[in-house]
Amino acid sequence: MEKLIANFNYVIVVILMMIGLWSMLAQKNLIKKCIGMAIFQTGIILFFISIGAKDNALIPILTEAANHTYPVSDVSKVANPLTQILMLTAIVVGVATLGVALALAQKIYQQHSSFDEDEILENERK
Amino acid sequence: MTEQLPTIIILGPLLGATLAAFAAWFRPRLSQPLVVLGLVISSAAALKLVFIVADAGAQEYWLGGWSREQGYGVVGIQITVDYLNTLLLAAVSGIALLTSVYTRRLVDTELAGRQRYFYALFSLLVTGLLGITITGDIFNLYVFMEIAALSSYALIAYGKGRAYMAAFNYLIMGTMGACLYLLGVGFIFAKSGTLNIDDVSASIPALGQSQALFVGFVLILLGAWAKMAFFPFHGWLPNAYVHGPTASTAILAPLATKVAIYAMLRIMVTVYSIKYINSSPGIQSLALYLSSLAIVVASFFSLTQINLKKLASYFVLSEIGYMVGGAWLANKPGLTGAMVHVVADAAMTSALFMAIGCIVYRLGQAQLDDLKGVFFKMPVTMAAFVVTMAALIGVPPTCGFFSKWYLIEGAAKADAWHFVAALLLSSLVKAIILFRIVEIGYNRVPHPAIKGNPAIPRNEAPLSMLIPTVAMTLGLIVLGLGTSTLVNTIISKALPAALAQ
Amino acid sequence: MESIESFTPVWIILTSSVAALLIALLGRWPNVRESCIFAAAAIKLGLLLSLVPDVLKGKLYEFEVMELIPDVGLAFKVDALGLLFALVSVSLWIPTTIFSMGFLRPLKRHAQTRFFFFFAIAISSAVGVAFSANLLTLFIFYEVLSLSTYPLVTHHQDDDAIKGGRKYLTYLLGTSVALALPAMIIVYERTGNLNFTNGGVLADVTSTTLLVVLLVMFLFGFAKAGLMPFHAWLPGAMVAPAPVSALLHAVAVVKVGVFSIIRVLTGIFGVDLLAKTPSLSTIVCVLAAITLIVASLIALTQDNIKSRLAYSTIGQLSYIILGVGLATKIGIAGAALHIPMHAFGKITLFLCAGAIYQACGAKCISEIHGIGHKFPMTMTAFFIGSLCVIGLPPTGGFISKWYLLNGSLDSAQQWAFAVFLTSSLLNAAYFLPIVYKAFFAKPTDTARLEKAKEPPPMTVVPLFITSAGCLLLFFFSDKLFKLADTFAKMYTVQ
Repeated sequence: MEKLIANFNYVIVVILMMIGLWSMLAQKNLIKKCIGMAIFQTGIILFFISIGAKDNALIPILTEAANHTYPVSDVSKVANPLTQILMLTAIVVGVATLGVALALAQKIYQQHSSFDEDEILENERK
Repeated sequence: MTEQLPTIIILGPLLGATLAAFAAWFRPRLSQPLVVLGLVISSAAALKLVFIVADAGAQEYWLGGWSREQGYGVVGIQITVDYLNTLLLAAVSGIALLTSVYTRRLVDTELAGRQRYFYALFSLLVTGLLGITITGDIFNLYVFMEIAALSSYALIAYGKGRAYMAAFNYLIMGTMGACLYLLGVGFIFAKSGTLNIDDVSASIPALGQSQALFVGFVLILLGAWAKMAFFPFHGWLPNAYVHGPTASTAILAPLATKVAIYAMLRIMVTVYSIKYINSSPGIQSLALYLSSLAIVVASFFSLTQINLKKLASYFVLSEIGYMVGGAWLANKPGLTGAMVHVVADAAMTSALFMAIGCIVYRLGQAQLDDLKGVFFKMPVTMAAFVVTMAALIGVPPTCGFFSKWYLIEGAAKADAWHFVAALLLSSLVKAIILFRIVEIGYNRVPHPAIKGNPAIPRNEAPLSMLIPTVAMTLGLIVLGLGTSTLVNTIISKALPAALAQ
Repeated sequence: MESIESFTPVWIILTSSVAALLIALLGRWPNVRESCIFAAAAIKLGLLLSLVPDVLKGKLYEFEVMELIPDVGLAFKVDALGLLFALVSVSLWIPTTIFSMGFLRPLKRHAQTRFFFFFAIAISSAVGVAFSANLLTLFIFYEVLSLSTYPLVTHHQDDDAIKGGRKYLTYLLGTSVALALPAMIIVYERTGNLNFTNGGVLADVTSTTLLVVLLVMFLFGFAKAGLMPFHAWLPGAMVAPAPVSALLHAVAVVKVGVFSIIRVLTGIFGVDLLAKTPSLSTIVCVLAAITLIVASLIALTQDNIKSRLAYSTIGQLSYIILGVGLATKIGIAGAALHIPMHAFGKITLFLCAGAIYQACGAKCISEIHGIGHKFPMTMTAFFIGSLCVIGLPPTGGFISKWYLLNGSLDSAQQWAFAVFLTSSLLNAAYFLPIVYKAFFAKPTDTARLEKAKEPPPMTVVPLFITSAGCLLLFFFSDKLFKLADTFAKMYTVQ
């Protein structure tokens, strides 16, 4: 039990991902699928960030004051910038994908007047 | 100049895409020539690099000059052209070049009025695919993967009717795959602390039996399988390729799945190493059984299809089974077969979809029953089609025969007889389908040369479509005859030396 | 075994391929088109004959074109057996072409260019098989032959032709891809060597089960040899026009199948291995013997002339396979010799059947009663051809059957002697009545007989050439025998 609490970030990530995955695959409504996709991606993003986080970490930005020189003298005090940068990229990708997905959903709605997958399939078969 | 060649490969189509997008605002007719230009530069660079790599070994390039030497470890993103990806780079850029010339007529007819941004998306897709192939950084691979993916969703959505739904489903499955891949990268990064492929592969042996690494591997594998439409994640592919416009399918079908297979190979061979693969036998037999299943199921489904494009997409699915199975045999002939087949299948699928595109362009339809007399209406196209099908069946001296040889040899060595049976079965099914088409297109029509029979007018495909098709088909034979040279000079060096003979 | 590196084998194959191209281009001028064929055949024959003296001395002509798979390439090697087979195919190409001209032209049949084009390609592939130095090259040309004969089999393009063609391809492609190809790859995987060598390449394989499995896969994989139960394509292919049946299904296609099996048994397994492993030679002999007897029995029941000839061919092919399975020098020589003897005999019979069909439209034996009076020459040729296939003097078939009988006495399968004799009796039982009924029976269909007109000279002359050949082969068989013997000597350990 302690292990679960100690690793609470992983637990939350797993829960978010499962919700997202279930929504993406099992839900019939297209918008809910998009939402599920966003939740899934958010879970992964949180995963990355959480593995780069540290207790009482300094932000990974160098300032002119305090005579900082390359390399930073105590790297262990700084939060890992790499994971944050990767996740910025991933967020951008996620937003773009969500945009495309919503555009497609809008077009589908224009065609079939419904967001429900079953109704759309029936409509297509006609 | 030669040091810059790796970047030129990606820059060509990237600039082409940007310029084409701008041109689409003012002069849409300019976008195709710009894209073709970008691809010409890219193919030339890729081809030159094949010879350089064959002579001198792997070529590295650090983007922005942020290389390893600076003393801070790996800071930048590396792109490498080595024995594993050089042939695929040349194949992707070459096929993209031919397809960009080929698709003009199809775009003008199928996408009339909406074709503004088609070529920009086309070029962006090729950028993404080339990027996946050339990158030496596992996160960078994700970025390029998504560039390619978003472009492909849009390209599919250009179609009519059910295209939007097909594109949406493709999007959902594709995103799921990409996210699983990203999660796997996260696990690897958590354990090894680096994203550079060479560094990760150096650090994995030291980490021993780490469960995190194993989970990372499995997640990346699942992500790659979803992207390449490997059974049981294949549901999106037939619909996407049938309902998308023929022009999009012509570029997507040969390349998208093959590059995903390359990504899997890269992770398997370079990042994790064959030793690691062999020490996880559970996945190995699972992957082999799934491959055999993929091949058999796809073959049976293809027998029942009456739509040419859907038929071809089931062929694509069975070919994917070949390559995944070959890779997971994890022995020298198996991996050689998988690598040869990646290039060979890209060429074969491209030739197949080009021939089908010619038929669709002229006949307007792609149902099997509409093919009556097509051998008389379009003799050159059908000749190319027959040769391509022969390559898919595995008739020597086309490339399909030789890759199948290596795959069967590898399976015999690994005692994976179900895989051998699946390979042979799929050849026979393709032969049945070919001869069914020959019967419909040639034999069941009263021969026009006999007096008293109705004449069948020639309606051959336009030259801009015919020449790439014929060139690609001839390429299949050249590739087949040159397989031995390619294996000896390049592919055998891509395999780790310690691999079991 | 001295070897000469020479491009001549490739020239020989290329001659008919170039001829095929010329045929395709010059299709509009039939006489020019046909003269290309004769020119090519003459050149080929000349080149082949030039190779004979050296080959008889035991030398080999070799040439490797390119490597296709590590250590295995597209390579040619002319030895006595290959030369024998090539000589047979090419020399019989000439009378068949004359016959085709006589058969197709008067009825203004369609697609003659296509016919001659694929014919030439088929001949090229047959010679390619004859000159193959390794299993891969043989397989490649084997497949090219299957594909190039499909348009010939379905030439008439009616429903029957399509069905026959479908059966043809299903059997041939199905067996070669499903059985021969994996067997070949397994041999490569275990031994790394696919060259036909004296003593075989499988000598080091210890597992008898594997050897038996491979043997069966090869025997059935090369279905052109007509081993039952994969023989059904042969009667099905009789929908082809008569010249196609004559050359390809009496001479080239089926002999390619049998040739491939001879190559596999002598060059991959090795006569030594066959002799030392009783299970292997027994399997070959038993399968061949079953096919021999059953085919002859079925032939007795066939009324359609071409079907009867087809089943006879299936039986005769198994003679050759049985001869090789005996694993003795004389048996192998006899088997090799039977290739030309049967070829000449069978082609005569098929050409006669074609001539009769052209003259009066008769396809069945019941329709040709009394026809011998109208066409005495044709039926005499038929008689000579039957004698050759049965194996009676003064035709060449007697010589090959003599050696086969002797070979069986030398071997461990002496019961083969009885099989050969029984089958010869059955051969007589299904051939001689045809001749008898043609000459001595009362005509059943006088109307047909009245309407029958003499077939054109171009159809009849080839008959004389081939039947004369059957007779000549009896008297002048020593050169051919020497070729067969050289081959047998080379591949058997004394």
